[in-house]
Amino acid sequence: MAHLKTSKSRAAKYDVVVVGSGAAGGMAAYALAKAGVKVLMLEAGRHYDPQRETPMFQSFADAPLRGSAYPQKPNGYFDATIGGWVVEGEPYMVKKGAAWAEGAVENRMKTEQNFMWWRARMLGGRTNHWGRVSLRMGPLDFKPRSTDGLGFDWPVSYEEVAPYYERTEQIVGIFGTKEGIENNPDSDFFLPAPKPRAYELLLQRGGKKLGIPIIPARMAILTKPMPGRAPCFYATPCGRGCSIGAAFQSTTSLIPYALETGNLDVLPDAMARTVTLDAQGRANGVTFIDRTTGKEEHVAARAVVLGASALETARILLNSKSAKHPQGLGNSSGHLGRWMTDSTGTNLGGRIPALENMPLHNEDGVSTMHLYAPMTVERQKAAAKEGSPRGYYVAWSGGRTMPSLGTVPAALAVAGNVYGKKLKDEARRYYGSFVDLHARGEMIPNEKSFCELDPEKKDRWGTPVLRFHFEWSDAELAQITHAQKTFAQLIESAGGIVDKAPAKDPRTAMTAGGSVNHEMGVTRMSSRIEDGVTNAASQLWDCPNVVVADGGVFCSNPFKNPTLTIMALAWRACDKLIAGMKDGTISAPT
Amino acid sequence: MQSSGPLSLSRRDALRLIFTASALAASLDITAFGVEGGLGADPDLLKKEIPWPRTFSAAEKKAAAALADLLIPADEHGPAASAVGVVDFLDEWISAPYDTQERDAKVIRAGLAWLDAESTKRFAKPFADAAVAEQTALVDDVLKEGTEARKKAYSFWRLFRDRAAGGYYSTPEGWRALGYTGNAPLSEFPGATPEALKHVGLA
Repeated sequence: MAHLKTSKSRAAKYDVVVVGSGAAGGMAAYALAKAGVKVLMLEAGRHYDPQRETPMFQSFADAPLRGSAYPQKPNGYFDATIGGWVVEGEPYMVKKGAAWAEGAVENRMKTEQNFMWWRARMLGGRTNHWGRVSLRMGPLDFKPRSTDGLGFDWPVSYEEVAPYYERTEQIVGIFGTKEGIENNPDSDFFLPAPKPRAYELLLQRGGKKLGIPIIPARMAILTKPMPGRAPCFYATPCGRGCSIGAAFQSTTSLIPYALETGNLDVLPDAMARTVTLDAQGRANGVTFIDRTTGKEEHVAARAVVLGASALETARILLNSKSAKHPQGLGNSSGHLGRWMTDSTGTNLGGRIPALENMPLHNEDGVSTMHLYAPMTVERQKAAAKEGSPRGYYVAWSGGRTMPSLGTVPAALAVAGNVYGKKLKDEARRYYGSFVDLHARGEMIPNEKSFCELDPEKKDRWGTPVLRFHFEWSDAELAQITHAQKTFAQLIESAGGIVDKAPAKDPRTAMTAGGSVNHEMGVTRMSSRIEDGVTNAASQLWDCPNVVVADGGVFCSNPFKNPTLTIMALAWRACDKLIAGMKDGTISAPT
Repeated sequence: MQSSGPLSLSRRDALRLIFTASALAASLDITAFGVEGGLGADPDLLKKEIPWPRTFSAAEKKAAAALADLLIPADEHGPAASAVGVVDFLDEWISAPYDTQERDAKVIRAGLAWLDAESTKRFAKPFADAAVAEQTALVDDVLKEGTEARKKAYSFWRLFRDRAAGGYYSTPEGWRALGYTGNAPLSEFPGATPEALKHVGLA
């Protein structure tokens, strides 16, 4: 496997500075370095090497508190995140009731916070632990306003992005099957999908009765070897990271591939602060805080690619104020920070008695779902009549997953006040008979959801921080109600019993804004300069040698988890940057 | 679904606990952050280092072991709770400097003290020294509707059982006792076995 050898030494000047090392920054560095461009990657967090650091076969007994969550590890001890809802010294502001408050570690289903922001301060960013769901957006997802009059069309079409989906899929490695479902495009490069588990087959059969197609999931997990990466061996949870490179993360693929070219330097512990301009208003570098010294440094470059995550990128641009750009760089249209979206999230649990006392067998698989239920255009149109114009997919966990601290208590809650030999028998009986269905749905951008700089609050280095305005609209609330009803129908048609009735008040069953980690839209692309922050090539309208490679450019946020599209658009943007600098349409700083 | 009144809330809470660490996180009602003497934001995940001292007294440890083994005895599928480190886990848990664990510690400490006091009252010896038949009688009294013992100790009993069972069934020995056969590398994922398909009526 390729190694992550990085060096703290750096040149005085680079062709391009890439900010961030996750899906966006990783892909940008790869695309540029492969093309012969000299790149410096700045990562705000520390160096991280999955080969040395991933707890692959550890049991929960190998972790403090049996691997339970605690405030600084909100997804549990083994989760491959350094960071989470709170990063010490780097606050953000949210509305808690009517008042502003610092974003805190909260239960995202119950919090009064209007917004939650997950940050990973490590090489590879959130790709080290992400869910690996890899769905192409469909043609309609690029033209939502033309389709139903809501939201905004993209200035690019599916056909323009499709070649980059193809290239990206060949680098990433995604399993799936060709299904031909409208607006849920297939890939010619799908790897074989793993076989379904028993409970998934029951859900699939139930879905058939309801007219809900249930098909193999599409995940960035190798089922065949790829260069430097081993195929999945169907053990250990992907959220811990993957030392063998089977579950895609930039630290075992894009970054080592880019390092192999000799064209990439990686600088960890370098927190980008502003983009700097020359006298003609062209970007000429980036200022950053060296976290090991606390000092501000500057690196010069001919172009800048921002892939810091949509919100951090917006923050860098808002903080890049100058006489020419008093409201921040890229903000002459006033759109910087606006049109912020997240995916909706909701879930409902149940149990399927047919699964009790199951003959023992290993259901680990790829640790995420092997099947899922995409939304078809027909079902979406039907849902629109119930006030939910935009779709969601249904996925799940369940069956004989690796037992953690909470697994058997859930079984015993069904069994009652048993103890002794009876407890052990009932635990075996009920273990594996539970399912938990969840949905990820599209949010339509709205006026009330945006970020801006807080007028007072600064981080530990004195840089202004973000504050968040966020509201779900009636469209998302109706979508949650619809999803809740669908969950109950699916569980019941699979022969199951729901844990509780579908939520009548969607707000009681909905994730907090931002907490699905699909923040998009704050530097959206547009066909006209007055309508957005970047052009269709992801370049700032106000400064075309600054490219936004992350989800900030998204004009819609459909139920197709964004990572694959982020990577495809990042690659496309880098190709256009190179072409523009070669043909002189983008001028380099002096 | 049908569920027995007082249990329904905790059942819902418990169901939220299953499956994933993030689901676990959601249920634990985390509030505190930069805790002194805690695990920190960036621990070495390949090591298990507990920075806080264990705080069970000898008497608490003894009572916890006796109760854990009454709840989870040895059988043909696996050893008793205390044989796989459940008492040490409980000690680690109740001694942790986080809100969730501190709340649990109060309930568990008070419950173990009540158990010994009640056992001494009834049998003239602490719970751990009582005969299994005596321990069983006491626990059954805690579980019986309308008793004084239930009023005093039922919520403790539920919490203790869930933590002890959680601690037991998250170990490799507990996995075997439960029938979990995963966490083993495979060259191919075989999917549902013919026996499994037959069991659920799909073959």
